[in-house]
Amino acid sequence: MTERRIKSRMLSSFLHDPSALLGSVILVIFLMATLLAPLITPQDPYDLKKLTLESFLKPPLWMEGGQAPFLLGTDDQGRDILSTIIYGCRTSLIVGFGVVVLAGTFGVAIGLLAGYYGKWLDTVTMRLADTFFSFSTTLLAFLLLGIFKHGGILVVILAICIADWVRYARTMRGSVLQVKEEAYVMAAKATGAGDLRLLLRHILPNAIPPIFVIVAVDLAVVIMLEATLSFLGVGVPVTEPSLGMMIAIGKNYVYAGKWWMIVFPGGALVFLVVGINLFADWLREELNPKIERRG
Amino acid sequence: MATYVARRLIQAVVVLLAVSLICFCIFRYLGDPVISMAGLYATFQEREEVRRVFGLDKPTYVQYGLFVWNAAHGNFGKSFVSRVPALPLILERFPATFELATCAVCIAFVVGVGLGVLVSLRPYSAKSRLIMAASLGGISIPTFLTGILLIMVFSVMVGILPSYGRGNTIQLGFWRTGLLTLDGIKHLILPACTLASYQLAVLLRLTRAGMREVLAEEYIKTAWAKGLPPRKVIFKHALRNVMIPVVTITGLQFGELLAFSIVTETIYQWPGMGNLLLTSIYENDQPVIVTYIMLASLIIITLNTIVDILYAILNPKIRYD
Repeated sequence: MTERRIKSRMLSSFLHDPSALLGSVILVIFLMATLLAPLITPQDPYDLKKLTLESFLKPPLWMEGGQAPFLLGTDDQGRDILSTIIYGCRTSLIVGFGVVVLAGTFGVAIGLLAGYYGKWLDTVTMRLADTFFSFSTTLLAFLLLGIFKHGGILVVILAICIADWVRYARTMRGSVLQVKEEAYVMAAKATGAGDLRLLLRHILPNAIPPIFVIVAVDLAVVIMLEATLSFLGVGVPVTEPSLGMMIAIGKNYVYAGKWWMIVFPGGALVFLVVGINLFADWLREELNPKIERRG
Repeated sequence: MATYVARRLIQAVVVLLAVSLICFCIFRYLGDPVISMAGLYATFQEREEVRRVFGLDKPTYVQYGLFVWNAAHGNFGKSFVSRVPALPLILERFPATFELATCAVCIAFVVGVGLGVLVSLRPYSAKSRLIMAASLGGISIPTFLTGILLIMVFSVMVGILPSYGRGNTIQLGFWRTGLLTLDGIKHLILPACTLASYQLAVLLRLTRAGMREVLAEEYIKTAWAKGLPPRKVIFKHALRNVMIPVVTITGLQFGELLAFSIVTETIYQWPGMGNLLLTSIYENDQPVIVTYIMLASLIIITLNTIVDILYAILNPKIRYD
């Protein structure tokens, strides 16, 4: 199959898969909302001048005691829930994409080198990957942030990257091991292509497809991880909006029946992650040659 | 085989030493242990005394050697906050975490693998699609949210299950169990379901993916063709082959279980090791943090080494030379 035909087949499968379309639509809505956050939110929830304690713990607008313009109610500081959710999703997406780009680039580079050169580099990388994997990204990131606490968003991104890059390195290395035995790589080698040319021109493009699935899955995982860390109080600082922290605050009021402080940020988080996972599922089925497809 | 086992054991020791080095650096260089131990208002003489007694005036490599020696003997120093030795403090919490984690893993395995098999048999039926949609929800809801939603529904709205602590417990020797009282079991239900939730959806998906690949194999077609009853084909021929990687992956992901037990214990104020760790992190109680990390690493690495060696023995396809 030529490259163009593969692309057009993928496009048509994408357009005919309702869940893949739904996932992308959700993702686009979230991206738009967070990009336009200052324009569409009724309040900047982290501008202290705009907050009044008089409007604290207001229920959603349609309930008794609701107050305009707080569509989804307010929290214990008088912050508009809807605005905080949109700003919180912004943090989620910044951390998510930041980690995927940084950890992905680093992991792919290491995996490429380990798979191609082998020997001690391969042994060390894969042993390291095994160890990191068994400790798990969540535990490592939690411990790192628990020990070196009180950083900003950048520190959170870096801590998750340190725990997360092995996921990419491992997949990339496996893929490179397969690709480097292919006839076209041998042919390129025989024509006298150097290591750099072989790696970047021949091996990288052909070994990278499995990474796309990892990127999509990882984006969802990292967004949930950031929320979890912030919920536990070791994630982004209290001066930054975060869905996890909103839910942690809401937890204090769960017996007081202030359900909107948990249900709306929780719902937004799940909606965002479901959107990414729907897309990732489609990508995985599409790129897995082992599964029999119907039709 | 013997070489493989030996190499695997040496690796385990190297990793443990690396972890101990990191822990030593955390203890020694993150904050001043002298002030933590002697107190903020200690005089110069008192500080010198502490420095001398704890060997903090010796060269770094001697201190590290001492740290490893003490750790190997279970001596990690005293908690800065409660002033009791850190290891017993953590071990006292171990039964609570162990009971919670074991129940959660059992729930996740029975429900997750069961549903996974069910779905793989009729992948395009309405029921399977519903289960898969639910599992997508399952992997998209973070554990802490599951926990809070369960509390909201079962403790606040319906009010039938407790959401706080372990309830009545019985002391059996050194082991304090909550499994022998009705109250204890009631307290266990919500946390165990919460902790099971993250693994359940993953197990379901792993089982389903594995079954779909195995069911297309020639030997399964042979098994059907020679007229074996479906129960035998599915459980004896297909599922057994799927379970090897599934069990291996869950065994290797023990760190994940520990991480989510921290989250679960925090939500339910479950008096386990994870809850203690988070409190210690808030209070900068380095001896307890370091002890937890060393203990967790020891368990994770031991388990990993065992799983790897068992896998090499059980799976004849792999030959390590």
